[in-house]
Amino acid sequence: MAAVQETIERVRGIDVDQYRYGFETLIESDKAPKGLSEETVKFISEKKNEPAWMLQWRLEAYRRWLTMQEPTWARVDYPKIDFQDLYYYAAPKPKKTVTSLDEIDPEILKTYEKLGIPLREVAMLEGVEPKVGEEDPARRKIAVDAVFDSVSVATTFKAELKKAGVIFMPISEAIREHPELVQKYLGSVVPTSDNFYATLNSAVFSDGSFVYVPPGVRCPMELSTYFRINERNTGQFERTLIIADKGAYVSYLEGCTAPQRDENQLHAAVVELVAHDDAEIKYSTVQNWYPGNSEGKGGIYNFVTKRGDCRGNNSKISWTQVETGSAITWKYPSCILRGDNSRGEFYSIAISNGFQQVDSGTKMIHLGKNTSSRIISKGIAAGKSQNTYRGLVTAHRKATGARNFTACDSLLIGDKCGAHTVPYIEAKNSSATFEHEATTSKISEDVLFYCIQRGLSQEEAVGLVVNGFVKDVLQQLPMEFAVEAQKLISISLEGSVG
Amino acid sequence: MTALLEIRGLKAEIDGRQILNGLDLTVNKGEIHAIMGPNGAGKSTLSYVLSGKPGYEITGGEVLFNGEDLLAMDPDERAAKGLFLAFQYPLEIPGVATLTFLRTALNAQRRKRGEEELSSPDVLKRVRELAKQLNIDPEMLKRPLNVGFSGGEKKRNETLQMALLEPKLCVLDETDSGLDIDALRIVADGVNRLRASDRGMIVITHYQRLLDYIVPDVVHVLSAGRIVKTGGKELALELEATGYAQYQNEAA
Repeated sequence: MAAVQETIERVRGIDVDQYRYGFETLIESDKAPKGLSEETVKFISEKKNEPAWMLQWRLEAYRRWLTMQEPTWARVDYPKIDFQDLYYYAAPKPKKTVTSLDEIDPEILKTYEKLGIPLREVAMLEGVEPKVGEEDPARRKIAVDAVFDSVSVATTFKAELKKAGVIFMPISEAIREHPELVQKYLGSVVPTSDNFYATLNSAVFSDGSFVYVPPGVRCPMELSTYFRINERNTGQFERTLIIADKGAYVSYLEGCTAPQRDENQLHAAVVELVAHDDAEIKYSTVQNWYPGNSEGKGGIYNFVTKRGDCRGNNSKISWTQVETGSAITWKYPSCILRGDNSRGEFYSIAISNGFQQVDSGTKMIHLGKNTSSRIISKGIAAGKSQNTYRGLVTAHRKATGARNFTACDSLLIGDKCGAHTVPYIEAKNSSATFEHEATTSKISEDVLFYCIQRGLSQEEAVGLVVNGFVKDVLQQLPMEFAVEAQKLISISLEGSVG
Repeated sequence: MTALLEIRGLKAEIDGRQILNGLDLTVNKGEIHAIMGPNGAGKSTLSYVLSGKPGYEITGGEVLFNGEDLLAMDPDERAAKGLFLAFQYPLEIPGVATLTFLRTALNAQRRKRGEEELSSPDVLKRVRELAKQLNIDPEMLKRPLNVGFSGGEKKRNETLQMALLEPKLCVLDETDSGLDIDALRIVADGVNRLRASDRGMIVITHYQRLLDYIVPDVVHVLSAGRIVKTGGKELALELEATGYAQYQNEAA
């Protein structure tokens, strides 16, 4: 009895404000005027020294956006966003042009240090050699393109990537330096008219990463971008574009943490992936944005459009995500399986605690012949959170031999949370084979007691059981992320048992 | 000398139903006590109350473990202080390799005792040695804990955990249930290997059979939540012949 009582007290005592990564960096910043108008769009474009075609593209998106409605079909509930009450651009004021890490504001570097991000490549490079397709992923190098608020402040490993012919730079730079590539691919997977948030992003996107891997090149290192939202009331609108040309391979890691806030922060990113013939793109995310406080106040609104296009034959795109943060998550990393024999994968761990609301899943759109896809989704709901898997698997009339396997497992911790599974399955070709499995279970008190009797604390026990539950997905992450993700999962569930 | 475990007048209930009804029991270091009794006598409840399973309410009495108030400790603290319960039905943890579980448990206990944690290779070395003694296939250590294990494998795994964690007091709850005679012998050998002058054991069982292999120093009969008779190992044989009926009447 005593133990149960203590648990209840502990749950009551949870203060999500203890959010581990909740700190704010004091840096002067350069803001766009509040609100959204053609002037705001022009301001952003000007700040970035963009060519005229880019401004036109943005303005067209903006005009389109004015005609669109915010979607309401997701199982999330939040107060109406006043889009005129937000800032759409903020950049740390540059004192001068930055040419090396030493010149970057030490405050910013300190922030990264707290987050444990290996910005300084020196330590990373000590005795570490990259090998193509090597077995020990912990020894692989990671290149970091750090996005601080909206401006990329440092890009490392550039020289080595250049040697391999890989282009990895902030998209704002790519627009100036590789306009032919950007014009060819930007908006080709997620068109400017795609959906309310993607269209908004197209109009006001601030920065993000651009990756181009030339034909036959296997990118010599994991590419990684860390996003931080640090300016009060600033919506952040990243735009990422990754292209793997014929026979190329790239693995991209994205990780996020943000400082705590009272007001909600809007985040509407767009990520586009293009895989040509025989190319492979692996995109991994660990997301840990501020989820709001113990009353459900504050926290990030995360409305993301992520889509990959398996444009070529035998191409492959794999999404892996660990979602633990944000007050609202609205995110469906998808694959268009256009090329014959192309393959799409979606591995997801979505954890919600406190008052978090997650509506996430994937779309696998089978268009080519003999395409296959695999969906493994693990949802964990604790506290008073709501966790929804929403997915679409569809086979086009001509998608002969399409195959899909889907497994959605939900784990409930406590009795005030909810888990929901909403799968849509459409086969317009009679040769399609679609399999769907789903389970929902509650974390068992008996299992927890068994662990505790062996000496684990309540929280260690929950962490162990949950890590076991998500193991299939964790295994898909690159080693560096898997370790981080495992820790994050335990932190996210602290005090969740009751 | 302080007794290893001293239970005085222990009363406990679950969902308002009284199960333990003034139970007295003293276990000294080096002793093996068998507790026998009919179904519903409170055998499993005793093991759960000692290990601190939530849901049981203590309504009277006290329990001293090495002179300390056991009932005031959290369940994980009891484990770290050396109380081990071998479960009648060991639980499955999908996705958690047996070895990972063993390492996590051992290091959690060591941390709580202020000892240094052991490295993964050190744990592996110890576990491998112990597994060999228990006839456990090293492949089993990679499998998720108890998932798809046979009854024998589960109980051997419990014994392996017990051997690794080196508890002061082992409580074996119906360890013989679900075991064929060969499996029983292996598990009993493992338990006997853990007999030590500084360790006590409580072996809870319904049948005398187990006690042919794990020979107790003292045998108690538990009925209606109290110890109603205490004797030497011959008491077990006597019970096998006469059954529990007389004690049930006595307790009533």
